[in-house]
Amino acid sequence: MNEHHHHDHNHEHSELSDLELRVRALESLMVEKGYVDPAALDVLIDTYETKVGPRNGAQVVAKAWSDPKFKAWLLEDATAAIASLGFTGRQGEHMVVAENTDTTHNMVVCTLCSCYPWPVLGLPPTWYKAAPYRARAVMQPRAVLAEFGVSLPSGQEVKVWDSTAEIRYLVLPQQPEESKGLSEAELADWVTRDSMIGVGLPRKPAAEGPRR
Amino acid sequence: MNGAHDLGGMHGFGAIDPDPNEPLFHAEWERRCFAITLATGFLGQWNIDAGRFAREQMPPAEYLATSYYEHWLFGLEHLLVQRAMATPEEIEIGALELEPKPGLRVLQAANVTAALSKGGPSQRATDTPARFQAGDKVRTVNINPVTHTRIPRYARGKTGTVHLLHGAHVFPDSNALFQGEAPQHLYTVQFNGRELWGPDAEPGASTCIDLWDSYLEPA
Repeated sequence: MNEHHHHDHNHEHSELSDLELRVRALESLMVEKGYVDPAALDVLIDTYETKVGPRNGAQVVAKAWSDPKFKAWLLEDATAAIASLGFTGRQGEHMVVAENTDTTHNMVVCTLCSCYPWPVLGLPPTWYKAAPYRARAVMQPRAVLAEFGVSLPSGQEVKVWDSTAEIRYLVLPQQPEESKGLSEAELADWVTRDSMIGVGLPRKPAAEGPRR
Repeated sequence: MNGAHDLGGMHGFGAIDPDPNEPLFHAEWERRCFAITLATGFLGQWNIDAGRFAREQMPPAEYLATSYYEHWLFGLEHLLVQRAMATPEEIEIGALELEPKPGLRVLQAANVTAALSKGGPSQRATDTPARFQAGDKVRTVNINPVTHTRIPRYARGKTGTVHLLHGAHVFPDSNALFQGEAPQHLYTVQFNGRELWGPDAEPGASTCIDLWDSYLEPA
């Protein structure tokens, strides 16, 4: 059970409405003091709810699978290669791409807070920010991967990237054999969010597309 | 600081519990808390390191018992008071008692997209050559500052290999205290699982950690 669920179940009504009131009062105070433009808050929320998310990263991966020159650039200078697709800025200022191979599987964590490459993946899911993943990813990566349904061959090493600075990491998953020859647009549907964090593998899209 | 935020290697938190249908925000207050934090960050009254340090100062028992955006709310309230932008009474009661700080440039809706796309790079130009090269063996220092640091507890006093060089970056330990950016070379250092966790390490696992020059000494 993660800390969020724990919290909700115990304090469903009283505390959540307290928080609702407290944040509303804080917003009014900030507006009254002239520190925030409420319309800017709406744009910030809309940006991450509807515009910036893991479909951006999926485009990056699909292009790397389709275009060897782009892949080489991505591995050499991820920030520039990703910027060429229009994904730049906050929490993605300094990008590094870690390529999965037959011998190495990469996965990304932030043990100290919640560092995550926003321009390509959007805002992180709750489990990425919660204590169990942050505590365990560095010590028991294979056990954690198993909980996500990923079991690696014993010959494949696990390399965990703890994002302790402003470098943001994106995993380049291995392209599934059966997806070879598909177009870039089709390939993007194989790329899941979790495969770019390194806790999942790309998969054949369901009719409605990948969920995570 | 050795706070509850420094979670790497702790036991007892249970399974990861991902929710495949999770919404981006779980309640309206999370949405607004996220956006107010970002918007006020653009006022230039604090930096990202001070922001992280503020959240770390939530008492450990409270940190572990609360949700992610409660940490953000705590941090934001802490910063507003620290930077004399609001009083605790204003936050508790809502009544205005402190004049707004003058001369702040407020983020306008029309500028949000450009501001986000620009971001805030932490790399800085430097004339100082990097002390280490890829492949060098390094040992991390054992420090326990009561203030902000980005060397996790599990990585202190450990030997690893320099993997990547990133140039000079703003040093969080200084920047979080508003004592200047004091940029230093930043490295990704790779540590073998056994070096970090001893015989309890999983086989065939290593961890790469981004560490600043002053966290490292030659091994």
